[in-house]
Amino acid sequence: MAEAVLPTVLTARPRPRAGVGHRLLRDRAAIVGLILVAGAVLAAVAAPILTPHDPIAINPAVVLQGPSRLHPLGTDNLGRDVLSRLLHGARPSLGTAATASLLILAIGVTGGTISGYVGGRVDEVLMRIVDVLLAFPSLILALAIAGMLGPGLVHVMIGMAAVWWVGYARIVRGLVLSVRERQFVEAAQAVGASHARIVWRHALPNVMAPVIVLVTLDMGGLILAISGLNFLGLGVQPPWPEWGAMLNEGRPFLFSTPRLMIYPGLAISLVVIGFNMLGDALRDVLDPRLRGGQTPS
Amino acid sequence: MLPYIGRRILNLVPVLLGISLLAFSLSALAPGDPALRILRLQSDAPPTRAAVQKLRAELGLDAPFPLRYLRWLQDAARGDLGESYRTGEPVLRALALRFPATAQVAVASTLLALVISLPLGVFSAVRRNAPVDHASRIWALVGASMPSFWLAYVLILMFSVGLRLLPVAGHGTLAHLVLPSVTLALGGAATLTRLTRSSLLETLGEDFVRTARAKGLGSFSVIARHALQPGLIPVVTALGIRLGHLLAGAAIVETVFAWPGIGKFVVDSIYDRDYPVIQGFVLFTGIVFVLVNLLVDLLYVWIDPRIRIEAGRG
Repeated sequence: MAEAVLPTVLTARPRPRAGVGHRLLRDRAAIVGLILVAGAVLAAVAAPILTPHDPIAINPAVVLQGPSRLHPLGTDNLGRDVLSRLLHGARPSLGTAATASLLILAIGVTGGTISGYVGGRVDEVLMRIVDVLLAFPSLILALAIAGMLGPGLVHVMIGMAAVWWVGYARIVRGLVLSVRERQFVEAAQAVGASHARIVWRHALPNVMAPVIVLVTLDMGGLILAISGLNFLGLGVQPPWPEWGAMLNEGRPFLFSTPRLMIYPGLAISLVVIGFNMLGDALRDVLDPRLRGGQTPS
Repeated sequence: MLPYIGRRILNLVPVLLGISLLAFSLSALAPGDPALRILRLQSDAPPTRAAVQKLRAELGLDAPFPLRYLRWLQDAARGDLGESYRTGEPVLRALALRFPATAQVAVASTLLALVISLPLGVFSAVRRNAPVDHASRIWALVGASMPSFWLAYVLILMFSVGLRLLPVAGHGTLAHLVLPSVTLALGGAATLTRLTRSSLLETLGEDFVRTARAKGLGSFSVIARHALQPGLIPVVTALGIRLGHLLAGAAIVETVFAWPGIGKFVVDSIYDRDYPVIQGFVLFTGIVFVLVNLLVDLLYVWIDPRIRIEAGRG
C-alpha cells in the first residue's frame, strides 16, 4: 500500500517544458545518475561490439582464472569471460525492466484515465481491483505469479506488470479527476470537443510529467525486483547471462572466488543508484510535489 | 473511534473476498491439467486416460469456475487450504509451522531498522547540509540501491568468512538470526532514514514549530516535544507497510540464509511446482498483510488526534 502515501490531490498544471534539460544539467546528482544509466544502456546496446569474448563460450582450459590481459575480470567456473557476461547481462536486466515498465504504463495510465474520466460504475470496479492488489505485498504476488507460470523472462515480466500497474492507475486517476475540474476542460467541452480529444489533448499532457518522474523513480525498484526473481532462477535460464542469475551461479564459489558474485552485484547496485539519483533530480525539476512518495521495497 | 474501527473492518470484507478470488485464480495460470500433474508426481508410469478422468471427477475439476471457487472458499473458510503435492502436509499447517521463523526476522529487522534510521534521520534533518547530513543521504541512496541478495553475501563474506563471528546460514541460535535481520534492516533503514529526514524537515518548517521557538524553547525541546511526534506519522506508516511485507516472508533473504520461514518455503514450492502451497501462501500472506495494515491504521488514529476527531465525526 506504499502508493497510498502519495497525495491524491496532485493537481497538474501545464508547465513550461523548456529549461528542464538545462536545470537537470546544473544538478550534479542528476549528471552522475545520467552517466551511470547511460553507461548501462550503452553496455546493453553495444554488448556484442564491446565484449572481447563470446559470453556463453565454455573454455575448460581457463576455469576460474583471475584477472588478466585477456580476461580483465577473470573467468567463471566454466571458463567463460566474466566481463563479456557482465556486459551481455545488462541486456536482459535492463531490457526486462524497460519492457515491464512500458507494460505497466500502458495498463496503469489507461486504467487510471478511464477510471478518472468515465467515473461511476467503471471507476468503482477498477478501484476495487486496485484495492485488492494493493492489499498484497507486491513482490510476493509477482513471485507467486511468475512461479505459477514457470521459469522464463516473459513470465517474470508478466508477474511484475500484473502487480506494479496499480500505483500508476491510482495516481493517474487522481490527476485526471483534478484536470477534469479545470476550466480549460470545461471550455473544450463547451466548444464541443469529443471525449477522445479532451483526454488526448488536455488530460494526458497534464498527467505525463508526474508519470515520467514516477517511472524513473520506479526503475531502480523494478530492476532490483527483476534481478531478484532471476537470482531465484525464475527468469533467464542458463547458459545466458543476467546479473541476478550470475549471482546465483556464483553461489558455490562464494568462499573460493567471491568476485564472481561481487561484480554482478556491483553492476546492479550502480545502475539502481543511477536511476534513483536521476529520478530524484527529475522529480525536483518536474514535480516537486511528488516528494514523500516511496517505491515498494 | 469505535464507529471508525467498525467501518474500517467492514471495508475489509470486499478486499478479503478479492484476495481469495485472486489466490484461487492463480491456479488457472499453471500450465497443464492439475489431475495429470498430480498423477505424474505420484508414479513414474504415464497415467491412463481413465485415471485422469477419475481424478478430475474426484477433485471436482469438471465443475464451472464459479462453483469451484465457492467450494474452495468454503474449504478455506474452514481452514482447509488443501494439501501439499510434495509432502501431503495440510497447507495451512505447513504455513503456520513456518510463520514464527519469518516473524522473528521480520520483527528483529524492523526494530533494527528503526534503531538505525530514527536517530540518523533526525540528526540529518536538524543538521541540514552538515557533513552528517550528506553522509546519511549518501547512505540512504546506496543502502536502498543494493540488492538484498548481494548485500547478504557481502555480509557473509565479512562476518562469517572474514571475521568468523557469525554462522553462514541456518536457524536455531540467536547468532543465526543476526545476518538475515541485518541484511533486511540495512535496506529498510536506508528508506526510513530518508523518510524521517524529509518528514521532520517539513514539520520543522511549520508554524507551530516556529511558535515554539518564538516562545524561547530550546531546540532540543522543540524537536522532542513539538516536531517529532507529527513528523513521525509517515514513518509509522512506512514501518507498518514494511513489517507487513516482511511478515509475508522475505523470500530471497530467507533462501540465501536457509532460514526456515514461509518465504523459503514458497520458493521451494515454486521449484517443485507445488501449486496448492503457492495458492495457500498467497491467501495466507494477503490476510496477514491486510491485518497488519489494519493495526497500523488504528495506531495512526491513536497517534494523530486530528484523524481521531475526523474519524469520530465522519
